[in-house]
Amino acid sequence: MPATETAAKQKLSRQQYLDLYYFMRLNREVEDTMTRLFRQNKIVGGLYSSLGQEAISVGSAYALEKKDWMAPMIRNIGALLVKGVPPRDIFTQHMAKFTSPTKGKDGTSHFGDLENLHIVSPISMLGDLVPVLTGVAMAGRYLGQKIVAMTWIGDGGSSTGVFHEGLNLAASQKAAFVLILENNQWAYSTPVRRQVPIENLADRAKAYGISSYIVDGNDPVAVYSTAKEAVDRARAGEGPILIEAKTFRRRGHAQHDPAEYVPKEQREYWEKRDPIALYDKFLTTEKILDAKGKKEIEDRIKTLLEKDREFAENSPMPPPELASQGVYCTGDDCHKIRPKWERPIAEVTPPKSSVEPVWTVEGFGRGKTSSRENAPIHFGDTQPAAVEPAAKTKSPAKPAAKPPARKSAPAKSAARGKARR
Amino acid sequence: MAPITFLEAIRQAMFEEMAADPSVVLIGEDVGVYGGAFKTSDGLLEKFGWERVIDTPISESAIIGAACGMSYLGLRPIAEMQFIDFIACCFNQLTNFVAKGHYLWNAPAPIVVRGPSGGGVHGGPFHSANPEMYFLHTPGMKIVYPSTPYDAKGLLKASIRDNNPVLFFEHKFLYRRIKEEIPEGDYTVPLGKAVVRREGRHLTILSYAAMMHTSLEAAEALAKEGIEAEVIDLRTLMPLDEETILQSIRKTNKCLVVHEDTKTGGISGEIAAILFEKAFHDLDGPVLRVASLDTPVPYAPTLEEAFLPNAQKVFTAAKDLAKF
Repeated sequence: MPATETAAKQKLSRQQYLDLYYFMRLNREVEDTMTRLFRQNKIVGGLYSSLGQEAISVGSAYALEKKDWMAPMIRNIGALLVKGVPPRDIFTQHMAKFTSPTKGKDGTSHFGDLENLHIVSPISMLGDLVPVLTGVAMAGRYLGQKIVAMTWIGDGGSSTGVFHEGLNLAASQKAAFVLILENNQWAYSTPVRRQVPIENLADRAKAYGISSYIVDGNDPVAVYSTAKEAVDRARAGEGPILIEAKTFRRRGHAQHDPAEYVPKEQREYWEKRDPIALYDKFLTTEKILDAKGKKEIEDRIKTLLEKDREFAENSPMPPPELASQGVYCTGDDCHKIRPKWERPIAEVTPPKSSVEPVWTVEGFGRGKTSSRENAPIHFGDTQPAAVEPAAKTKSPAKPAAKPPARKSAPAKSAARGKARR
Repeated sequence: MAPITFLEAIRQAMFEEMAADPSVVLIGEDVGVYGGAFKTSDGLLEKFGWERVIDTPISESAIIGAACGMSYLGLRPIAEMQFIDFIACCFNQLTNFVAKGHYLWNAPAPIVVRGPSGGGVHGGPFHSANPEMYFLHTPGMKIVYPSTPYDAKGLLKASIRDNNPVLFFEHKFLYRRIKEEIPEGDYTVPLGKAVVRREGRHLTILSYAAMMHTSLEAAEALAKEGIEAEVIDLRTLMPLDEETILQSIRKTNKCLVVHEDTKTGGISGEIAAILFEKAFHDLDGPVLRVASLDTPVPYAPTLEEAFLPNAQKVFTAAKDLAKF
């Protein structure tokens, strides 16, 4: 049974260290800007903070390649930024502007990009993304793309049924899927100890027969090193991997929630372990970052965010007529997603497609179906004995041969299948 | 071509679409080695291999989630519910994730969710459902419910090629009870087009799936009494072919809706509302409904017969309506 592991911290290049720093700072500044906008009543609806969890979003997404896929959760603004989403998209989304990726039809981090950035939009029903990203990984393998799919879940969301269904399917399919479980110790007002009676949520991986890691979620280098190792292993075909990142949610569930239910000592402990402050100290000690370099990064972020915030503030709200548009995809132009084959199509089309499966289960089946025209089927009174000879019908608009009258058919039928699920 | 069953029509549609387009895959419980609980995917694994015919754990939400994820990379997955009743297990995944994708973030999910539905085979309360109306109330999904092998094949092919999520209901009472000659080669039946199965001038009976046959049987009996009923097969509930419905009502001025779904909240109520809005002055009588009782589907044959509509019930309602 795979044990929970700890990945060794990697030695990164100077640029990598600085990238992690930049994106964590950017993550925090984007959210600080939005907090100010919220207080000015410019944010529509709620605002959710990832304060203190930036190392997880940034460190894990930084382990992905451009071709890889991800689906963020509400506290993964940092992952969006790393994957290439400009801050203006995040501002316009939160302000419900017409210029936002969803044109104001949804808010917050609920948007995606199938064509370029390979981001799947999250929904509020937690756990649903686990099977969706499993499907992404399965399709990637089928098309020969060698991609990895990643998503995040909280300690709270990991109690949903679909978390289990999805992770189990991923495991049974050996999908190239990495699941980052952000244990921030609070599901709204319910502490993790009231949700689950186990110490480490990573232990759940054992039940799925998959590998898992536990990592300090406030250390970006540790998160990145772990995620990178997991992504590499998943890409190599080892199957899905679960990473539990231990951290703490420093704000309430959303802006409205002062989180008075959190014990003072717990908050104080974690506030001393701010991931950016700790990393700042590390970079300074290691002489990777000096005051000048830091100032440059801060200026760069400031300029970018001022420009993007202004763009968002000056953007119009969507026109009312948009409300009734776009429920259905009509015509071909709305669906631009074509499969990108990176393996010969001949491998998956007859006659070659009936060759060996990618993964096998010993002693199972024969690789072909039972193939008998009159094979028994569920509920016996649909057996062919009841079939009447067809009337000759020329026009397809005419109905087929009449089925026997309902009243008599079931009573006359022979053996009825009893097997039911 | 020899006549084929409804079940064979489904199998052929999947087989041909998979042969023509490598982006079409099938995912579900026991669809591979076993060929499906009703043998609709018989022979598909052998032909198309393990990567395209995917046996899953008993996890309906994961099946829909995975199908949706696969569609984001350009695949066109067919997801099978072993019984359509189990679609309730993935209700959230379908209604909140799949159905809203195109509207919210321009991500249409071209998936087909199909499975055996309907009663009359003593499947009991968990294997006989007609859950179409839960989803009619969910903007973003198309709903197909064919009544003949010809339509089953043509509509399933059209559904697989559609860029939207399509729920495809297969009435299991019809699986092996009807046979029909169908044309050789590729054809589709467009979504959103009803068809007049029997022409008449005294009243219109709107129906679909197994009840379409029941309605035709009643129409024959009515004809013997001098009442000519026009029988329309709706074929798809979303989109609903209002034009064909209204055209017929303008001719017959009377409408009876027959469905196997339970009465309250069934499509008949929606159709009645459409007629009041758009054809009020054309109606010579009330819009009547023949539907199943507002109860779970009972198990015992005597109870299930009482629960379901039948030709006699349709006949009686139609005679009442004809008097107006």
